Amino acid sequence: MNSLFIITKRNIKLFFKDKGMFFTSLITPMILLVLYATFLGNIYKDTFMSVFPAGFEVKESLINACVGGQLTSSILAVSCVTVAFCSNMLMVQDKANSTINDFSVTPVDKRVMSLGYYIATLFSTLLICFAATGICLVYVASVGFYMSLVDVLLLFLDVFILVLFGVAISSIINFFLSTQGQISAVGSIISAAYGFICGAYMPISQFSEGLRDVLSFMPGTYGTSLIRNHAMRGVLEEMSQSGVPEEMIKGIKDTIDCNIYIFDTPVDIGTMYLILGGSAVLLIAVYVLMNVFKRKQKN
Amino acid sequence: MNNIIEIKNLTKSYGEVKAVQDVSFTVREGEMFAFLGVNGAGKSTTINIMCTTLAKDSGKIFIDGTDIDNDALSVKNKIGVVFQSSVLDRALTVKDNLEHRASLYGITGEAFKQRLDELSDTFDFKDLLGRTLGKLSGGQKRRIDIARALIHKPKILILDEPTTGLDPQTRKLIWDTVNDMRKKENMTVFLTTHYMEEAAEADYVVIIDSGRIVAKGTPLELKNTYTDDYITLYNADEEAVKKLSPNYSAVKNGYRITVPNTESATSLIVNNREAFIDYEITKGKMDDVFLAVTGKNLTGGDSK
Repeated sequence: MNSLFIITKRNIKLFFKDKGMFFTSLITPMILLVLYATFLGNIYKDTFMSVFPAGFEVKESLINACVGGQLTSSILAVSCVTVAFCSNMLMVQDKANSTINDFSVTPVDKRVMSLGYYIATLFSTLLICFAATGICLVYVASVGFYMSLVDVLLLFLDVFILVLFGVAISSIINFFLSTQGQISAVGSIISAAYGFICGAYMPISQFSEGLRDVLSFMPGTYGTSLIRNHAMRGVLEEMSQSGVPEEMIKGIKDTIDCNIYIFDTPVDIGTMYLILGGSAVLLIAVYVLMNVFKRKQKN
Repeated sequence: MNNIIEIKNLTKSYGEVKAVQDVSFTVREGEMFAFLGVNGAGKSTTINIMCTTLAKDSGKIFIDGTDIDNDALSVKNKIGVVFQSSVLDRALTVKDNLEHRASLYGITGEAFKQRLDELSDTFDFKDLLGRTLGKLSGGQKRRIDIARALIHKPKILILDEPTTGLDPQTRKLIWDTVNDMRKKENMTVFLTTHYMEEAAEADYVVIIDSGRIVAKGTPLELKNTYTDDYITLYNADEEAVKKLSPNYSAVKNGYRITVPNTESATSLIVNNREAFIDYEITKGKMDDVFLAVTGKNLTGGDSK
């Protein structure tokens, strides 16, 4: 345990010593928030307004809160994974600058070594994503805050589990990389693609049925849905209490992926946690085993 | 003395390139062993296989009696490596670096503090412990590299060109300390170097070229086998030197006669006592040995 603590401490220190890496990871969610609010805010607002039939009156603050909830949930869903990729560079850097050679001549347990990278990345990613969650909550408060304390706590739990998942998947992918160029390329691809895959940039409900079925097998989808559910539960409940029919609320939930379906069967919140948490645990185990069974270098 | 390293018929290829071909040698416990060869000769491949970080194609390696194929962890505990370039973390302090590397051997807490005290005393870097590694001079960094390699008290210290690029004073300091530790702890030193004067201090030398061992022996044996001896006559008359041997060349303040060996030198002197007033006999250098057996010069140090 002592060794794991010291190895993790080294990895965390190196992450924070690299100011560029730290600030890039930190400002990414903030930049996303500004871009979303600037360019997509009105589009989201129009989409919400269009759900209601002509003449149906809904308080603007509720619409704004809906937009805020959708924006922030999208940002958080994407950030938990993309920040993990940004933060998880050390294991590749250690290969690129041959530091790994110094580790490989030691009898260190490969499980400890791999967990050292994982926990350090988890720590730094959580720090950044929790900070981003705080900023998002401030933004939501500025446009219309309807979340309860439980919602806020569950939102942090969702971010935690999604970060566990994101760090695990980034660890598995980075395991195969050995140069700075490769990790930059992979980071760019993930940043561009993950938002679509997880339903953050565009709700999955908007995709074709075949694609929806495929995406329902992606654990990240459930992370997005969990965050969206907890970010928007309060405002949707407030809408319901202010007279918006339940069918309309269900329609909104379906449209923005608060309701997710596997082959037309709805997935409840508990199952979403099970899928996302189970996937994270499974991926962590796969990552550790990949390290344990890594064959001796042949070239 | 026991053999602490035994390499038998080691072979390793990278595709079509035969990096190591049927290499066999032994290293005795406590000795300083020099492993010489130009870049690409097979030194690093052999070392990486010994350290169990690279798979071999065939052959056997025993480290302190342990087959590396059977117990790699035990082997890793017995070997400390100083790499050609520092592989410590430049952004961390000296203490953080050593604490981290010690933890890779399971050395933590009090055991680490005690070992750190010993090493910082030996290598005189107590005042550097809180400094960032990247801000140290080349010589200071090298001392830390060696301390890192010794953090777990290995029985074998592998020095892969440890003094390349260092000033003579730092080189001397490093060698004095390594030799001191070698004697105190009966540690075996496995050295690769481009400095032939360092190789000349070794107890045993193996020269590898294109993956094959081309010469091995003590420095004296190698010099006797592969180089001539030289008699340098000072303030001598060239005509007199020419009569002694046609195989001579001018040097500063005199002439140097090349003879096949020390016996020939003795015979020449005894038979021409009147010509030898101010003279010295010297053996060939390790550079000459290396050139003779490989046809190549090692770059670095005094060798060109």
